[in-house]
This record gives sequence, structure tokens and C-alpha cells, in this order.
Amino acid sequence: MLRDITLGQYYQTESVIHRLDPRVKLLGTILFFISLFCFSNPAGYAIALLFLAAVIITTHVPFSYMIKGMKTIVVLIIITVVINLFMTQGDVVVEFWKFKITKQGIVMAVQIFFRIAMLIVGSSIMTLTTTPNHLTDGMERGLRFLKVIKVPVHEIAMMMSIALRFIPILLEETDKIMKAQLARGADLESGNIFKRIKAMVPILVPLFISSFRRANDLASAMEARCYRGGEGRTKMKPLKYTSRDAVAYLVLFAYMVVSISVGRLDALKIM
Amino acid sequence: MMDIIRTKDVVYEYIRRDDEGAVTGITTAVDHVSLGIKQGDFIAILGHNGSGKSTLAKHFNAILTPEEGTVWVDGMDTLEEKNVWNVRQTAGMVFQNPDNQIIAPVVEEDVGFGPENMGVPTEEIWKRVEESLKAVGMYEFRKHSPNNLSGGQKQRVSIAGVLAMKPKCIVLDEPTAMLDPQGRREVLKAVHELNKLEGVTVILITHYMEEVTDADKVFVMDSGKVVMQGTPKQIFTLVDELKELRLDVPQPTLLAWELKKRGIPLPDGILTGEELVQAIKDLK
Ligand SMILES: Nc1ncnc2c1ncn2[C@@H]1O[C@H](COP(=O)(O)OP(=O)(O)O)[C@@H](O)[C@H]1O
Ligand SMILES: [Mg+2]
Repeated sequence: MLRDITLGQYYQTESVIHRLDPRVKLLGTILFFISLFCFSNPAGYAIALLFLAAVIITTHVPFSYMIKGMKTIVVLIIITVVINLFMTQGDVVVEFWKFKITKQGIVMAVQIFFRIAMLIVGSSIMTLTTTPNHLTDGMERGLRFLKVIKVPVHEIAMMMSIALRFIPILLEETDKIMKAQLARGADLESGNIFKRIKAMVPILVPLFISSFRRANDLASAMEARCYRGGEGRTKMKPLKYTSRDAVAYLVLFAYMVVSISVGRLDALKIM
Repeated sequence: MMDIIRTKDVVYEYIRRDDEGAVTGITTAVDHVSLGIKQGDFIAILGHNGSGKSTLAKHFNAILTPEEGTVWVDGMDTLEEKNVWNVRQTAGMVFQNPDNQIIAPVVEEDVGFGPENMGVPTEEIWKRVEESLKAVGMYEFRKHSPNNLSGGQKQRVSIAGVLAMKPKCIVLDEPTAMLDPQGRREVLKAVHELNKLEGVTVILITHYMEEVTDADKVFVMDSGKVVMQGTPKQIFTLVDELKELRLDVPQPTLLAWELKKRGIPLPDGILTGEELVQAIKDLK
């Protein structure tokens, strides 16, 4: 039942993007996001779109696979676009019953649509081309500077990677408990929402108990293998920059300079 | 030769408290245990559920420290703070549930976890990971996710993870309890090879008696105490006492014992089917 849920939708190909250092991809995604909020004319969005398309082609991940995971978010996009379309004040273009569509509203809606769509595709490129453990490694190394202000970067990364390891195990266990309760006549599927939530209790309680037992066991096992935090720890697979990462940083820099300087030109504004 | 592990009058109690913190019960899980384990031996610790085996085992690598008495691992007192990490490196530990002791999402990374914690340089980690995985026959699975392995394979990965820390001694706490017969055979074979080929001291905790017939020495625990110790032959002669301790005697031993009770003059301490067959042939 629950096994169908896939986590971290990593898609294996042999592309350059896959082989980039995760730190490059993390910073790249963040900078791309920032750029999307700097544009004040359509030219900026056009450049971002071209850049994104170029990256998508380089990843060799099928575009259909990329947008498959986005179906659930479509509703969110539509709602946001519609709200912007109808709620923005300005020069009325169309009017029917109580609704007015303004010129500013159309511009705003189109802009929001491109922003959200590119945000989602942009971040999914990162998760599609980076394995979850590479991603946590990249965060640990890339955010190491935060240790200065006492952010427990190593611990957070360790927690994330343990969570990734245990989520499939816990899902399987939930499945087992559900079947066991169903076999005893538990009714999980009928009734209103409150009834169904109540029916979940006999599943969650054993799940919690077993999770605590697992956590306890795991802590013992980690201590027994000399785990004592990030201090004095070496890495089996340390992250190393290569020339390809330098090139990627250059491309990224060029994109930022071009897209933002063009995207903020007043001459290209439509309003 | 010096004992790799020695305990003297070790006592450990679990104290149960109610919500207000008042003591509602005390379980003496380990009760004045004194024993010595020789370097390079294959040791088995037997006992039914709740007899204190796990609690004692956790004393061997300083996950627990004694409330009374002393535990020395390779001469180091586990109560001394400065020894803790050396103790854990000397005596590695494999637990019962294979799912709850594999930390990394890829087999080879999990085996590298111990050496990483010890601060071993990167190249050396790779060498150790390769050697350890080969020693337990799991090298071809190094890139796999632990989630897709069988129980026996997961347990062998756990053993490799301990081996990569180059311990002198491995403590295995019921490593086969959750496995099918095939998995049990795989794990036991790996453990015996480690002992014979690499000279690692093995302490195997189990309640399957047939797993201990090859051991150099057997300790039997009951209510926190070591109630018997000796070679498997000596222990398995005491069928009545073992039954009283709620332990299942191996089938051939039991059969020989029943035959003997009915007046057939078989020798004591028969452990395997072959021995029994031989003994019966020798009767004529
Ligand atoms: N964490 C704990 N808290 C309280 N009592 C415990 C705990 N762990 C074990 N015990 C008790 O200590 C005794 C010995 O347990 P254990 O060492 O796990 O035995 P074994 O491994 O031989 O089954 C048992 O009576 C058990 O109930
Ligand atoms: Mg136990």
C-alpha cells in the first residue's frame, strides 16, 4: 500500500550535471531562485527560461519524468494565478458579473506563473540529479560556515541521512501494522474524516513505540562504532572540486550577471 | 596469555520508577559476574530470555559500565573515561536487529562508518572497507542499498562494519535470532572464519544450543549469574541441569541422553549427529 511512495526522486543518467559537486548545485539553485525575484521585465524571464531549458537538456532526464512529480502542485499554481488575475487593481480589460480582469492582473498572473513553475522545475533538477546522501554531504560541507554561529551543521546532516535510511523501513512497518489491524477487523477506509483519524490511532501507537525502540538501538549501535559527533571525523568520500565545477561556477556567474542586468532594464518593461 | 576481557564481581541493576520517580522495582540484570576470556578464543554465552546476556555484553564495550565490580578490556578499565573509545575500538559489537544498526544508505558507506568516526585517513578507510566486505563475502554488494538485502546479508554487513575498525574481539548479541535458517548458516560461517583466519576473539551470545558446539568455551547464564562454564562437551553432559534452565539441548545430545537413561552405554557429551552415529556403531 504505502510502498508506492518514492522518496527523493533521483533519476540516474551519466550527465555532466549529475557529476557536478553537490555544493555547486545547491548554490546554483539558490542563485537561480534569487534571480527570479530580481526581474522587472519579460526579457529577464526569457533568459531564465532559456537557461533552465539548457540545463534540462544537459541533464538527459526526460522532461515528462521531470513534470510527472509536479501534478500535485498544479492546483497550487492555478489558485495563485487565479487570485492574482482577479484581485489586482488597475485598468479593466474584461468585466463580467462581479469580476474584473485588469491589465496589471494579467501581467501579474503571467509573471507569478513563470516564477512558480521555474522555482519548482529548478529545485527538482537538483533532487533529480543528486543522490540524497550526496545532497546531505553537500549541505554539510557547503553550510559549514554556519558552525561559527553555533548551527549544528554536522548533526543536522546526520539526522537527515538517518531519516532517509529509515523512512522506507518505517513505511514498510506501517504497512505491516495496518495489515495486522485490518486482519483484526479495523475499519480504516470508511466514515468521515474524524472517524478515519480516530482509526489511525491503533496504527500510530505501535509505530511510535517501535520507532523509539529503533532509535534506542541505533544510538547504541552508533556509540559502539565510536560515533562521537563531527569532531575528529574523517570522510570515506570527501567532496572535492574538479575543473568541471569551476566551469559550472563561471556559467552560473555569467547567467546571474546577464539575466539580472537585462531583466532590470526599464526600456524593456511592458508597464 | 593475558585475558582480552576480564570481569570481576560485576553488578548491574535496572531500576524502574513510576511517574513521580519513586522506585517501583529493581531488576538485577547482572549479578556478581566474574569471568575471563582468552585472546583468540571462540566463546559462547547461553541463557534463556531475560537471563542478562545482553546487559553483560554491553559491558564488554562500555555501552554500559558496572555499578559494582570492574570490567577490563585488553587491560583497560571501562569505568575510566579516557579508555572508552579505545575499549569500543578493541571490542566491536554486533546487535540482534540488522535493520537498527545499519546507518548509511549504501553498504560500503556503512562499513566505512566506524573508521570515519575513528578518524582513519580516506585511503585507509577504502582499504579496510574492501578487506572487511571480502572477509564476510559481501564485496559484490558494496554499492547496494541495505534495504534490499536479506537478513543474513544485512548481518554480514554489520559484521564487516565492526571488522573495519580492526577490533581484537567481536561481541555478537543474538545475531541470528531474527534470521531464517539460511541466514543463520551464512552468519555463523562468517563468524567462524573470522575467528579461525583472522584470529579475532569471538563472543557469540545465543539461545540456540546447536550454534555453540564448536566453541572453545561456553558460559551459561541464569538470572544474571554465570551458572555453568566449560567446554561444550562438559556443558552438554549436564542435560538435566540445562533443561532446568529452560534451554533446548541439541537433538543428538538429547537422543543420546534418553538412550543412555534406558541403559544403552553411550559416552557423555555427544554433540552432533555424526558423533552419535559413530558412538552407536562403536557399541557393537
Ligand atoms: N532497559 C531496560 N530497562 C529495564 N529493565 C531491563 C532493560 N533491559 C533489560 N532489562 C531487564 O533486565 C533483565 C536482563 O535482560 P537482558 O540483559 O536483555 O537479557 P537477555 O539478553 O539474556 O534476554 C531482564 O529481566 C530484563 O527485563
Ligand atoms: Mg538479549
